[in-house]
Amino acid sequence: MKQFDCVIIGGGPAGLCAADMALEAGLDVCLIDRNPRLGGQLIKQTHKFFGSKQQYAKIRGFDIASILIAKIKDHPRCTILTDTTVVGLYPGPIITVYDNQTYQQLKADKVIVAAGASEKTLTFENNDLPQIMGAGAIQTLMNVHGVIPAKEVVMIGSGNIGLIVAYQLLQANIKVKAVIEASDTIGGYSVHASKLIRHGVPIKTKMTIKKAIGTTHLEAVEIIKVDENWQPIEKTSEVIPCDGLCIAVGLSPMHQLLSMLYVKTKYIGPLGGFVAIVDEKYTTSDPNVYVAGDALGIEEASSAMMEGYCCGLHVANDLGRPHPDHDQLIHHYQNELHQLRSGPHGTHVRKGLAIMKKEVDHAF
Amino acid sequence: MLSKTGVPTPQQVLSVFPKEDDLKTLKAIIECYDEIPCNPCESHCPFDAISIGENINTPPKLIVERCVGCGICVSVCPGVAIMLAKVSDSKATFTIPYEFNPKPSPQQIWHAIDRHGNVIGDAVILKTVDTPKQDHTALISVQVDRSLLHDFVTIRSKHE
Amino acid sequence: MRIIHHPILTFEHKKEIPFVFEGKELIGYEGDTIASALIDHGIVTFGYSIKRNRNRGFYCAIGNCAACNMIVDGIPNIRTCITPLKANMVITRQPNKGEYR
Repeated sequence: MKQFDCVIIGGGPAGLCAADMALEAGLDVCLIDRNPRLGGQLIKQTHKFFGSKQQYAKIRGFDIASILIAKIKDHPRCTILTDTTVVGLYPGPIITVYDNQTYQQLKADKVIVAAGASEKTLTFENNDLPQIMGAGAIQTLMNVHGVIPAKEVVMIGSGNIGLIVAYQLLQANIKVKAVIEASDTIGGYSVHASKLIRHGVPIKTKMTIKKAIGTTHLEAVEIIKVDENWQPIEKTSEVIPCDGLCIAVGLSPMHQLLSMLYVKTKYIGPLGGFVAIVDEKYTTSDPNVYVAGDALGIEEASSAMMEGYCCGLHVANDLGRPHPDHDQLIHHYQNELHQLRSGPHGTHVRKGLAIMKKEVDHAF
Repeated sequence: MLSKTGVPTPQQVLSVFPKEDDLKTLKAIIECYDEIPCNPCESHCPFDAISIGENINTPPKLIVERCVGCGICVSVCPGVAIMLAKVSDSKATFTIPYEFNPKPSPQQIWHAIDRHGNVIGDAVILKTVDTPKQDHTALISVQVDRSLLHDFVTIRSKHE
Repeated sequence: MRIIHHPILTFEHKKEIPFVFEGKELIGYEGDTIASALIDHGIVTFGYSIKRNRNRGFYCAIGNCAACNMIVDGIPNIRTCITPLKANMVITRQPNKGEYR
């Protein structure tokens, strides 16, 4: 069985940054990702990032992925397993991976779960028709493969992902017929909403999808107004012909591997769903298992990077092999996280982390 | 209201425009009304003409007398929320960020578009700058009627 | 269909990869997943649901949801959204849970 100081599950922003710090501290690292390429969701982000210099602000997401990957990919102490899915995580920690019809086991002193998130979906009639796709899927097709996902798209959800992907559709010369939002307020940053409006995309608030129309694939959607209790108001529906429906109604942390280990998890709504309870050093109730990034609560990729750095540093320190600048770097990245979360768009995360903090006191 | 419609109120728009006396040369118009954690406009301004401060959630403020209208902030803003404007006689001249294809060419006439996405007149294209430094956020200089100063925000091809 | 001109991204012309879908010879490109190559050809039905036989397509693109599972070279339940396309792959729609042979 191959053995590593640290196995990192997930090669997105959190995993890549954790690997960077763990390698700098001198650990043997194995980074695993089920996709053919490292970078996670960053490789499909064509917009310039928000934040400050520390989060690579004003650099486009896919370029940030290249920067982070370049830092680790040829490192002599870094083993990278792409096209490889972690299918089991057991006390030890032992990691079972699946690659090309074969299984193998890895042993690690420490495991960092940076598995990211999965997209939430919505319940409505015919929601299983082909050409109803998650926002991430549409981005992958357009921005990674250069394939046109549909000619006319309706977007459900006006959070940052919905707004950003709608803009990316326009950039690929695809018509966005409307952005639909059930709340009375646009969820994402106003700057993203303003970009869409001025380029002719209506954002319809207080509306939801009633049903998808089509037999073998999507042909149209019926949308309907909702009242203050989110109930549909009869006779207010309209049908919009389209051949693509993009669902961008939020993300849930990937907690499944952590649940296999019986580490303490809890449903924390403001963080997006079930998450492992971790202390301030990103350690779960199993002292050899750590979590960072969206797997620990839904935030912007900028925060995932900062968490990844912190988590990698803590792992090295807990193995008695601290990064030479451990204290200074932890202080720096924690301060960055604090900044990123301190505005009005960080309200949810702050609420969620407060619940997490209370749970830690009980859990450990 | 901005958070419900995606369109800033006329008062909000006026609040980010310098006085017309100060618009004899190009100045940055920063339409960043939300508190979001972001500061490349401040950190990339060579003239220290944009102030955000210690808390990066603070919306940026233009220090009008320091702004030379260089346009660096226009291409670095991740929100595509900054443009340059000046007025002269009967015309208003803008430099806007533009991230679509095709790009306009000088002398072409495109639609002038307001913040609601409506056509409000003609925009004469003066210049298109799209260097690697701007990382695919082209800067388009256009001229519109002066009366559109507070309404104009972008352009749209007449052949769409 | 492919994006030809994009304001941010450049898509270079890549090596062609021949494959077979439902008996038909098609061409994908290096870097494609099975799913992206199919959607390029306008193929949006990847399989059928087990009980009601409803059309299934591409949904999550991260190997999570199983909607895009297909039979590839005789092996069922291949997550086509994260499986790179390889030359001469034989791909068919999956009508069931997948049969173990």
